[in-house]
Amino acid sequence: MLGLEFPPINAILRWKDIFPTFNKIGLIAVLAALIGLTIFYLASRQDNSKAPRGVRNFAESIIEFIQNGVIMQTIGKQGLGWTPFLMSLFIFIYLTNLPGIIPILQMPATARLAIPLALSLLVWVTFIGTGIKHQGIGYFAHLLWPPGIPVFLKPLVGLIEFISTIFVTPFSLTVRLMANLMAGHILLVTFGLLSEALFFAETSRAFLVPMGILPLIMLIGVTAFEVLVGFLQAYIFTILAAVYISNSLAGHGEEH
Amino acid sequence: MEALTQLVMQASEFSADEAKSISAAASAGLAYGLAAIGPGIGIGFLVGKSVEAMARQPEAAGLVRTTMFLGIAFTEALALIGFVVFILLKFA
Repeated sequence: MLGLEFPPINAILRWKDIFPTFNKIGLIAVLAALIGLTIFYLASRQDNSKAPRGVRNFAESIIEFIQNGVIMQTIGKQGLGWTPFLMSLFIFIYLTNLPGIIPILQMPATARLAIPLALSLLVWVTFIGTGIKHQGIGYFAHLLWPPGIPVFLKPLVGLIEFISTIFVTPFSLTVRLMANLMAGHILLVTFGLLSEALFFAETSRAFLVPMGILPLIMLIGVTAFEVLVGFLQAYIFTILAAVYISNSLAGHGEEH
Repeated sequence: MEALTQLVMQASEFSADEAKSISAAASAGLAYGLAAIGPGIGIGFLVGKSVEAMARQPEAAGLVRTTMFLGIAFTEALALIGFVVFILLKFA
């Protein structure tokens, strides 16, 4: 009806003939974890009395980015102990986003629900655990009723805050990451299919065939845009995790 | 979507499956289009104000930028939920 035949949404993932349960998403996730580990392992093996070079430079620039760009802006100086956690989140999400534009792989692993959901549940458990650890059971009272609200509003505000912290936070973290990457993936598929359909069109109107260059140009542009989106979404996920953690840390809500 | 399917079937000679896919495509487009209006206005407003703030106080640019990204992330979530509805209607 539309003239374009979209592949079914899971077509690129179906490896049932080769492996029954392991698919491309799993492969990308494993690869991302291994590559991240390898980079930081190699960097940590270098002699740290000399000036850093090669992979250590790269690793140090990432650490600096997380410390200055994420933690100092949200938690502040006492949050520097969170660097390993937030940096692993950032590296893993970035490396699972990136295959969306790498030829052959062509699939961001975060564009399916499993990985974003697992990551945001991890963040959720982490910030609630941090809150209980730092403020005891009073964390929940603090969570439900921000200081200074009138008594007659307490039931309403408590309900809203409960729903927004317990349910909406992990849901919106998940959906934000997944939908961004899936939107980009579908955009790439659309322009790829469009240029393919135009280049190989069996039509009497010959002027249509070279028109395929237009979606191809757009495809290149969207690919460049996806590099940006992959980085930005990893950054946003990390910074939101840092914000939630900083809200859980003991009473320093006023100083930033 | 069910009502739209009935309407398409009454008004034309499409079969039930065709009518269903037509109404799915139409309602998916409508859902995403409506969901994109608010966040579009919101993000435009937010980034515009942030640029204004950065121009007034360049030394606070780092903090403003972080806060801007946070605001964009929260605003954009609405549009993305609309996009998820689009996917659900289109491919389900």
